[in-house]
Amino acid sequence: MRIELDRRRFGQFVGGAAAATLVSSAMVPGLARAAGETITVLNWQGYGTDEEWALKAFTQKTGIKVVHDYFNSESEMVTKLQTNPGAYDVVLVNSARTSQLGADLLDPIDLVKIPNARDLTPALKNHPNFMIGGKPYGCVWVWGITGLGVRQGKVAQGASLAVLTDPVFVNRAAMNDDPIVAIGIGALMSGQDINAPKDLKRVGEKLRDIKKNIRLLWQSEVEWNKAFAADQIDVSVFWSGAAIRSRQNSKLPVEFIMPREGALGWIDTLTIPKTSKNKDAALAFINYMIDPDFYYEWSTKIGAPASANAAAMAKLSDDDLNKVVHKAEYLGKLQIHGPLSDATRAAFVDLWEETKAFYAK
Amino acid sequence: MPSDDGLGRARSVASRPRVPVAMQRQTRRDWPATLGLLAPAYGVLLIAVFLPLAVMAFFSFLKQAPFGGRPLVFTLEHYLAFVNRPYLIDVAWRSISLGLWTTGLSIAIGLPAALALARATRGRARETIFILIILPFWSNGLVRVFSWTMVLRDGGIIDAGLRWLLPSLPPLGLLYSFPAMVVGLVHAYLPYMILTCYLSILAIDDKIVEAAASLGARSFTIFRTIVLPLALPGVMSGAVLIFVPVIGSFMEPRILGGKVGVTMGTVIEDQFVQGFNWPLGSALSFTMLAVVLVLLGAFSRVPRPRPTA
Repeated sequence: MRIELDRRRFGQFVGGAAAATLVSSAMVPGLARAAGETITVLNWQGYGTDEEWALKAFTQKTGIKVVHDYFNSESEMVTKLQTNPGAYDVVLVNSARTSQLGADLLDPIDLVKIPNARDLTPALKNHPNFMIGGKPYGCVWVWGITGLGVRQGKVAQGASLAVLTDPVFVNRAAMNDDPIVAIGIGALMSGQDINAPKDLKRVGEKLRDIKKNIRLLWQSEVEWNKAFAADQIDVSVFWSGAAIRSRQNSKLPVEFIMPREGALGWIDTLTIPKTSKNKDAALAFINYMIDPDFYYEWSTKIGAPASANAAAMAKLSDDDLNKVVHKAEYLGKLQIHGPLSDATRAAFVDLWEETKAFYAK
Repeated sequence: MPSDDGLGRARSVASRPRVPVAMQRQTRRDWPATLGLLAPAYGVLLIAVFLPLAVMAFFSFLKQAPFGGRPLVFTLEHYLAFVNRPYLIDVAWRSISLGLWTTGLSIAIGLPAALALARATRGRARETIFILIILPFWSNGLVRVFSWTMVLRDGGIIDAGLRWLLPSLPPLGLLYSFPAMVVGLVHAYLPYMILTCYLSILAIDDKIVEAAASLGARSFTIFRTIVLPLALPGVMSGAVLIFVPVIGSFMEPRILGGKVGVTMGTVIEDQFVQGFNWPLGSALSFTMLAVVLVLLGAFSRVPRPRPTA
């Protein structure tokens, strides 16, 4: 999914690495016996866990060394996990994939052993996406929204997704070229469940309605930023984190809007493979990754998605864009991407291809 | 007509087999050596081309890609894609017309260039022009395409230049259009056409042209009745080398075509990358391969110079 492509690109967008050594984060004595071990983390490159300053601070604190392996697509992550038992201790898993990996490959996580987990946002802590048999198979880490990115002042907060079809924006709108996102938006516009829309035909109709306005089908943040900077588009389906980066790093007049109908949400978790040999050290690392102090540095100096830890979000100043865009109350208005069967995914891709062919005519 | 007569005779001189009988015999005796020389090439082709294609052909008959412990279920449904998804016919037609435009323009530009290169230049000048022609091959294709976006976009080089002359001009909207895709593709594939035409023009015996000229044929007549027919094999192989990959192209359409850039290439790419539907992607590829083969079969009926005894 392209959302992950975006997050993978973090590293390319951020400026120089933050030199700041991290303020001490309380590691629990019970976990300290993991000292001297080395853990291997599997993640997108440049996605939080491999920040050099953070790893230095973590190793200083706990004596645990951290090495990384990366994946370029979610299917690659699944393959690596399946074919290398014992190789990984912490793996980033999009919660829509958790049920696919299931209890065969992952360990349930005892959140009591992660002290910082006490402050996890209740709505996310035990999200059904990663609950199997009543146990969480992963610790929720960060989340984000796919909503509307608009030119400042052109659309009011709380606007409807129908602005995408507004004749004011003929040839001035953009859509994410990703079947899961596009169908999700069509489902929101027709008031349906994004993971299981009953009436795909209606979804298709809603998407076809945008044709006159569609200027751009974008796949990467860079592409979007270029079109927006060149004043080619005014309204677009866009990622919350990307909107923040466009504003903060590229100084573009972008405003992120939470549509009245709700928006698409995603949740990333940190998981521990069943075959990990350093489970205590892995728990210590996850604890550090949801620590408010680490998150504050990551978000303010580098740029990060929303933390699932309420205490971490509280640490951000009230006018911090990350906090403004990712209000806790928005969580209730999100439809979170969940697991899709092969057949559903194929149907989504099919409908999106048909819609794109219609746009091209 | 005297020139026709001359041509008929000239052809027989140009294309008569000249391999002596003794040499043919020797070739027959040396077949183990020939086999040894060919083995590495065919070995590489077998591993790098045939095996993956065979796997893809196998996949195309499966209901779903057999990853993550999914069971093997055979089906023909992916080959009915064009029946079940009528929009694909539009898409396929766009790909084919993209191929025809690109090939046609490449012939229109490439053949004269090859002619100039082979007939009007010598020595260093020829080398220099030759290098200038293959220069685009030395740069990365993605870079080339992105540089076209700089040229074609609103506010880009062409747009800004014209606006400097005529400030009241409406936006041209050159980028994200069918012609933009054709421009990018012609740029990418033109060298193939020039090289193949150049080789076949180079092989034309100067004496034939001189003979025609001495019999009073004018330049255009010489081109039409001698050079063009003899260069046709080069034009045809260039056309095949261009037409086939252009039909499957996805990078240029995506970047230069924008929302118009929906081609079989991008549909197939999406099936692999976004949909993880390898079987459908493979079946679409093989269906397009069949279409291409049929088209090429039709092309090959075009009359070409035959050796006359």
